[in-house]
Amino acid sequence: MARPPSLRPGINRRAQYSLFFGYVVAIGGAAAALLLIVVAIFDPTGFAGLRAVTAELTRPLSSGLRNMVSGVSSVDEVLAAYWRAGSQNVALRRQVEADRNRIIEAKAVAQENARLKKLLRLVDADQSSLLTARLISSSSTSARRFARLNAGRWQSVRPGMPVRAAEGLIGRVHSTTPNTAEVLLLTDTGNIVPVRRANDSVPAISTGAGDGSVEIRALSAGRNPFKPGDLLVTSGIGGIYQPNIPVAVVVRVQGEIAWGFPLANPSRVDAVVVERPFEDVVTRPDPADEGLSTEDAAPSNMAMP
Amino acid sequence: MIDRHLRHVSRLGKHPSRFRLVGTPVITVMIGSLASALPLIAQSPVMPPFGLLLLLSWRLLRPELWRAWIGLPLGLFDDMVSGQPIGSAMFLWTVTLMVIDAVEHRMVWRSYRQDWLIAAIAIIFCIATGLFFSRITGGGEVRLLLVAPQMLWTILLFPFIVRQCARIDRWRVMA
Repeated sequence: MARPPSLRPGINRRAQYSLFFGYVVAIGGAAAALLLIVVAIFDPTGFAGLRAVTAELTRPLSSGLRNMVSGVSSVDEVLAAYWRAGSQNVALRRQVEADRNRIIEAKAVAQENARLKKLLRLVDADQSSLLTARLISSSSTSARRFARLNAGRWQSVRPGMPVRAAEGLIGRVHSTTPNTAEVLLLTDTGNIVPVRRANDSVPAISTGAGDGSVEIRALSAGRNPFKPGDLLVTSGIGGIYQPNIPVAVVVRVQGEIAWGFPLANPSRVDAVVVERPFEDVVTRPDPADEGLSTEDAAPSNMAMP
Repeated sequence: MIDRHLRHVSRLGKHPSRFRLVGTPVITVMIGSLASALPLIAQSPVMPPFGLLLLLSWRLLRPELWRAWIGLPLGLFDDMVSGQPIGSAMFLWTVTLMVIDAVEHRMVWRSYRQDWLIAAIAIIFCIATGLFFSRITGGGEVRLLLVAPQMLWTILLFPFIVRQCARIDRWRVMA
């Protein structure tokens, strides 16, 4: 193929001007776009309001498709379960027998705990969870890790609220639109979570690596205290996440850094729970507006499909 | 029908509507951007940027179709659905189109391979600079290695997308 026909319009003045203004608009627009990015450096959610339009429009599509594929995504697990089904069955049966005793012990401990709490008159009303919703899509082309939640401002989801699943922490709400919210996943490179080791409370900081794993740095000086297999839970420092939500398990240690894998896989979990920020739960509001806030909270406890 | 490719031969005196001529490329690029609305919760940047691929395909297939400013509205739409900071694709796509305008006439002979080369450079530029933008707008330490696989299969996907574009283009210009 020879070179394509020239875009230069010859001596036609009108065509010349049209081409020229086309470039003026393009260069001006590109400069304005750079300016938008400079604004986003200082205020990352500043123009996120623009996204409300597309987020609302694509929500029915994404949630409809999500309902269809939620069964398909676990098909590999079902197939893998058939592999060595017999020996696995024996091993699991032994495990169940061993666990039964432990469960009985744990039930006794829980009962004793409840009795002691009653003695102390400690009423542990858990008002942290706000609603249950689904993750319907994600920023799969971008280097950032955002997922879209099928509930938003009108369901009283607010930026900064922690999001978790039964298996562990998912992330926190980054921005909201009327009916959807953007969740900054645990594995995003900009998401920093204060954690501790579950068995001995060694404090650490977990940062996403962007590829599905998290980077864990111990806050103590000296050599890296972590080893593969360590379980990490949130420490409650910082006032966003409740303490003791499972976060990740350490898989590899490399010098100062330990690499972990999140315990909750956002693509596998069926529904996630949006919680109130930890600080709002533990700091008691004034008695005057306590009645108001419980009234507000009542309709929002409705579970979202 | 002897040749099934002749299905869309235009009838005498019939012309495709203006909406079909102008709207089809724009709509296909927007649908490409909407690939991120699929119910896939990705753990890493795995999905090729279909919006960018379709934009490059149309531009290289039909140089006379668009002026460079088309990158602004299409890029804005892509930013609104992709999770990149607003302005990222707006800037990158417009600059890419202007650079293609500039270099296209310096090449004496153009063929399919040169088109692929231009597209490959444009894809690497857009993904790498997009990564830089997401790093400076609160993304933290994002490594370039993270998007290397995405770059690779986006480049490998270009020939397929350009074929599909040509197929749509045949339907577009025939009434």
